[in-house]
Parts: sequence; structure tokens; C-alpha cells
Amino acid sequence: MSEQPNDAFREEAYELLTELETALLMLEECPDDMELISRVFRAMHTIKGSGAMFGFDEISAFTHEIETVFDLVRNGEIAVTKEMVDLCLLARDQIKAMLDASAGEARVDETRTEHLVQAFREFLPENKECPAQEQVSQEGVDGGQAQHEPARKSALKTYRIHFKPASDIFANGTNPLNLLRELSDLGEARVVAQVEEIASLENLDPESCQVHWDIILTTAEDKDAIRDVFIFVEDDSEIRIEMIDDGGYFDDEESHKLLGEILVERGDLRPEDLERVLSSRKRLGDLLVEQQLVQPGKVEAAVAEQQAVDRQRQTRQGQEAVSSIRVPADRLDKLVDLVGELVTVQSRLSQTAAGREDALLTSVAEEVERLTEELRDITLNVRMLPIGSTFSKFKRLVRDLSRELGKEIELETSGADTELDKTVIEKLNDPLVHIIRNSIDHGIEMPEVRQVAGKPREGTVHLAAVHSGDSVIIEIRDDGKGLDRDAIRAKAIERGLLSEADDLPDSDLFQLIFAAGFSTAQNVTSVSGRGVGMDVVKRAIDALRGSIQIQSEKGRGTVIRVKIPLTLAIIESLLVKIEGDHYVLPLALVEECIELTRQEVADAHGRDLVRVRDQLVPYLPLRGWFAIEGERPDIEQVVITKVNGHRVGLVVDHVIGEHQTVIKSLGRMYRDVEGISGATILGDGTVALIMDVPHLVQGAELAERNATHAAGVC
Amino acid sequence: MAVEETTETHQYLTFKLDEEVFSLTITKVREVLDYTEITRVPKTPDFMRGVINVRGGVVPVVDLRVKFGMPPTPRTVNTCIIIVEVAMDEDTTVLGVLADQVEEVLEIAPQSIEAAPRIGTRLRTDFIQGMGKRDEEFIIILDIDKVFSGEELSVVQGAEEETVGA
Repeated sequence: MSEQPNDAFREEAYELLTELETALLMLEECPDDMELISRVFRAMHTIKGSGAMFGFDEISAFTHEIETVFDLVRNGEIAVTKEMVDLCLLARDQIKAMLDASAGEARVDETRTEHLVQAFREFLPENKECPAQEQVSQEGVDGGQAQHEPARKSALKTYRIHFKPASDIFANGTNPLNLLRELSDLGEARVVAQVEEIASLENLDPESCQVHWDIILTTAEDKDAIRDVFIFVEDDSEIRIEMIDDGGYFDDEESHKLLGEILVERGDLRPEDLERVLSSRKRLGDLLVEQQLVQPGKVEAAVAEQQAVDRQRQTRQGQEAVSSIRVPADRLDKLVDLVGELVTVQSRLSQTAAGREDALLTSVAEEVERLTEELRDITLNVRMLPIGSTFSKFKRLVRDLSRELGKEIELETSGADTELDKTVIEKLNDPLVHIIRNSIDHGIEMPEVRQVAGKPREGTVHLAAVHSGDSVIIEIRDDGKGLDRDAIRAKAIERGLLSEADDLPDSDLFQLIFAAGFSTAQNVTSVSGRGVGMDVVKRAIDALRGSIQIQSEKGRGTVIRVKIPLTLAIIESLLVKIEGDHYVLPLALVEECIELTRQEVADAHGRDLVRVRDQLVPYLPLRGWFAIEGERPDIEQVVITKVNGHRVGLVVDHVIGEHQTVIKSLGRMYRDVEGISGATILGDGTVALIMDVPHLVQGAELAERNATHAAGVC
Repeated sequence: MAVEETTETHQYLTFKLDEEVFSLTITKVREVLDYTEITRVPKTPDFMRGVINVRGGVVPVVDLRVKFGMPPTPRTVNTCIIIVEVAMDEDTTVLGVLADQVEEVLEIAPQSIEAAPRIGTRLRTDFIQGMGKRDEEFIIILDIDKVFSGEELSVVQGAEEETVGA
């Protein structure tokens, strides 16, 4: 139970750190932008506050140092400089390290913390000292209390204070108004005087205190500090201090409490009376006063309390995100799983209904199908996030790495709001980092070299993301020196991947750099030694059922295009049958289906080509490829697919129809099987295999090339 | 069927592969299913029969007879599929094992288990956890984790070198 708040804080803090970094990078470009400065300040402030509340004192104290400096920036007393931004970024990293350490990872380098704190203190003008305590109240505090211990918590809490001094308090020389003033020094106070007990003018004894006060105080101080204010009059007065809002911890409740509840809680109203009055129509406070159940002053005080707390809540919530809910990722996964099962069962229902010729059943099944489709679409969308957050992480990477290598490089992005499944984004992160690193390290030249070549000194890396059909295309483009075709060719021949006589088009040649061990030529010295090479990148993209293509022009630059299917879980497919076995393939790849007769096969003289209108389309006889026993039927079906711009036909026995495929993994045992990327459960409970068309085609091309080589045919 | 290992005895599920009796520790056995249609997966070794649907999940099915060098399991009225959990590289994989007949759950005290003989069983010794005594005969207790270790299951051994990308 004690873990949850910590995890919640950590999650929030990581997000704030990302926001902080983004804002700082933008601030570097526009150092005078007040809005950015506020963003930075707010992020730090929230980290500090929440940190203190959850007991992350180290983080809170450290952030406080930075916040102090930035407060001066905010007030216009010091300006933003490059050194400051650099320092802030380093500090942000340090905070992240502290967060990681609290989660059980590596220990924090304390000396580094010290250095950073010192560096920040340098920014403070001579005469101002870093206050040992914080007064977080935004209303401003004059003079500040001469507090003995530094206030630990800086979250604002709201207290309800009931102060009824003894009637002879004046005799002691105490002026209650002074006490009230002291209270308001602690924070934002709303004071309501209760004057009902003051006697009428003729009976009034001016030397006796007949007033008491209800105060709502919002302050960062804790109860003891408040008590201290009344320290000399404690014995003679009635003092009650209760915390009614503790800085946002219970913000989940609607408003603070209802007026009636507050009054009942304070003992100013009986519950039965509250009940009775509530059943009539007028506003509660008025009615209570009318019926003389509560003194008007007390109602006023209660209303004051309600408003004060609500206002605090609103200011806090105003700073939080737009209306959204945090959901644990695994809960979403379960939801997607269940939707998947629902889709499967629904297709069984539809199949059963189709076989029954029962009009009522059919219409119900149709309704279920419609709803299931909608549910499926929405659920899969829930896990979609804009890729923009990943892009902004790269800005930092580009900045730091280009700085380190002495190059000038600008990262441009477009399509940041293109949405991808959360898991896909996470899995894309490492490959993209590697590709960008390559661009920066091997692609973009040093500024002088660029100038000589007539290019602008500053190189550009452009990241773009766009939807295309049912996929997302992520493009990484640089204007560097491009790939060296001849060097790659030479290396490929050296490694036996190519023979001298081969003449591959560039696009295929460049694919060779994905072979294992190819990229080990010149390694970046600053690469963090993860052993990531282009082959790992390719494997990661493959694992996402994506594809990667490279275009490059020597001297001009390189474009790398990564294409990833949008959904991982459920795809529209075409169900086909070969000799009793069922297979499915993604419908998005299918262009058309045509018949293939035995005669046509004979006429083609052993070449697997079929005429489609005015084109010759090659086909893959899947029976042979999948080693399926049995005779080829007289009439077969060719499913014409389009893969990477090429049309390839797949020969099957029957084309059955569309099928909602819930993708089930075959497991590690079948990881290396060529041409099959998964399985699905059909409506009748049997298993159908999912064809991996791009790989099938690739494998077939390779096999054919090897065969023609072996046969000595060119 | 989850059974806690008591301090004294262990429980084993015995089954027959072509008249020979084998057994598996019960903690590895999830359930036993009747024979059902197995969907073949192309280009896989013979002992990998294919996949089946178990409550919406896809489970691979293996023919142990083929793996142990015996003729393939025929389909009879008694043929079952034993669903087991195998530990593989820190993960547990679920797969099905074809059996000609499933017999009983047997309690065998550790004292009644002898070490695997070096020769004579036609099986690799590391597949055998031990020899359990039942009445007058010995039953081979299989170490299912070893039978299905990573290398054993590597489907297409030489594939890595071939796929270099088109």
C-alpha cells in the first residue's frame, strides 16, 4: 500500500522531467519567452512540492535550489543564459538519476549534486540569500515569519481554525486582532467574525471580548506553527485547529464538503435539522438562518471554508493535464485481449447464424457484429499515442551528440501528432535512436567540410511521421554525405554476400548493410557500448512486422523509411484454403483474386507467371512452398498482392472471404519459420496460420536468384 | 491439478508412448485434452506436429515419439494431448505433448527413484530425471525442461545464415 503513492509520484515526476527538458530546449532558442520560463518554473515547482509531500526530500531540496534561481529569472532579476540552460539540463538529469535511485537503480553521485548546487548558487546576486524555508503561498507573504525550523512541506494545506478567546482576554493586554494578523502572515486567511453573542449596546461591556472567529487558513505551515500563534492565549481560549484540505491528496472528492456537512461537523447544526431543511427548496444557508438553526455568522464561515478549499483545488487542478485518466498499461492489455476474444466468438456467432436461416438470429448476429467492430476500433485506438513525445526526446540527443562531435546539426520534425500504438512507440525508440546517431555520426559532415562542398554549415536531420493506409511511415532524412555505394559493394563482396558479377539496384544494395556484422567498421566512440548495429535495428523493425528502406545519393544525403503496421493485435484479413489447411493474409496487401486453370499453368511452360489484363504477374505456388501434400486442383485461385510496389500472386485452392483476425503469437518455438508470422482462431475453433507475405516474397526471390545462379543462367 | 510438493512424496502423471510407460512430474502438467485437430505449420521438423486452440490460445503440439526415434503417434480413441509448462530461458512456455494413452497419477517417494542409467534406454540421459519404481517395473521420469530446451527446439537450424535480406 505504501508503494502506490511513491510510484504515482515517480510516474508524475518522470513526465514533469520530460516537460522540463522540452521547455528548457525551447527556452534556449528563445531566452526571453516568459511563457517558457513559467513552464520551466511550474515543472520544477511541482516536482519540488510533490517530492516533499511524498517524502522525497533529497529531490525536493535539490529542486528548491534550482527553483530559487529560476524565481529570480521569473521576476526579471536575472536573465536566461546558455550556461544556465546547460546547467538546468544537467540538473534535470541529476533529478532523474535521483528518481532512478529511489526506484532501486544505481546510487546517486552525491558530489555531483553538490557541484550542481554550488553552480546554481553562483547565479544568485550577492545580497540575496537562499531562504532556508519556503513560503509557497502565491499571494505573497510580507516580511515572513521568524520561523525557527524550516518548513518541511511546501504543499498548501487548508485549516479550519476556531478561536474563541475568553471574555477577559483584553485584561491580559492581548489584542485578538494582532493574533489574526499573525495568522494571515502564515498564508491566505479568510476570517469570519462571529458577532452574535455581542450584547446589545446598552448592555455592552466594552472591556470584555464577546467576539469569536472562524478562520480558514491556507498555508504551507503545519499545525504546530499555527498553534504557536496562540501560544500565549491557549489556556484562556477555545482553540480548535483542523486540517480540512491537505494540499491535493484528497482532491479526488468532488468539492470539499457540502455546506451542511461542514456545519454538522463543526457542531453548529444537528443532522436531523439539516435533513429537514434540505428537503425544501431554498438555498441551504439562507434557510438555516431563517429557521434560526444556525447563526448567520456561522453559515458565512462555513461558506468561506467551502469556497476557500474549492478555490485551492481549482488552482491546483488548473495546472494539471486536460481531462484524461491514467490507466495502468496492463489493464489496457487485458482489455485488448478480451476484445480480441470477443471478436473471435462474434465471428463464430455470425458463422452459426449464417448456417441456421433464422431471421431473428441473423439480425441479432449482425447487430453484434456491428458493435464488436466499433468496440474493436475504439479499444485499439485507446493505446495510441502521438509520436511527438518520442521526437522531442531526440532533440536532446541531437543537441548533445552534435555538440560532442563538434558538428552543427538541427533536428526538424513533422507529423508529431501521428498516432501509434504505445508498445510500438516504445519498441521503435532504440532503432530510431540508432538511425539518428548514424546520421549524425556518419552522415552529416563537419561544418568546414560542408562549407567547402557548398552546403550550409548547419546540417539538418528531418524526422517525419505520416499515416499511409494501415501503416505509419517514419522517415529519417539527412543532408549529409550519403552512403558510399562502392564501399558498401566492396564490403559486401568481401563478406561473401555478393559476387562480383552481381548487379543489384541501389535499393537492394543498401539493404545489405542490415546483415549482421556489417556495420562494425567505424564505431562512434561515444556510443554507449550497447552493441547496437543495423542488424539489430532490422530485427526490431521485423519484430514489429515492419519494413525498412534506404535511399541515398552520394554527397546529397540519405533517406531511411520505416514502415510499421498500425495495429498489433487485430487485422482485417483474407481467409484462404489450401488442401484442408486454412491461412489468412492481411487484406490491405490484397489487390484482387483471379482464377488459374490447369491449362494456363501448362501454357506457361514452367514459368510461374500469369497474365492479368495487360500485365504479367509472377506468382508463388504456395502448395510447393509450404510443402503441402496433395494434388493441385484443376482450378486454383491467385491472390494478387502488392508488396513494396511489386505485384506478386499467391496460389491457393479457395478464397473463402474476409476474416477479422485476432493475432495470436505462435510462440518462440516457431520463431524462425519462414513465411508464417502468427496464428488465429477461426469461427469453428480451428487454427489458421497467418501468412507473412513480404517475407514469403523475399524468400522466394532469394531462392530464385540462387537457383538461377546455380544453373548459370543470367 | 496444482499440487504442492509435500515434504515426503512427489506425484507423477504416467502415460504411454507406444507401450512404453513414461511419466512427468505433476507440477509441470497443466491439463490433459482429448485429441483434436492439429493445424500443421509448414517447414517444421517432423516432431513438431503443429498447433491447436486451447481456450483461445494457440499451443504448439509435439510428437514425443518422433523426437525419441519412434514411429509417429497414430490417432486412436485413446490418444491425448498433455499440456505442459516448460521452463525455457526464464520464461515458461506452454506446449502440448501427444500421448498414446494417459494412465494415472502416481505417488513415488524419492527413495523409490533411482538415477538414470547411462545406457540402455534409447534416450539421451539428460532427458531422464530418474527411474521411478512402480510395483515391479521401472518408469522413466522425464525431465521435460531438458527435452524441450532452447537448442532442441531451434526449428530451422541453418536458417540464420541464409536469410541475409534480399
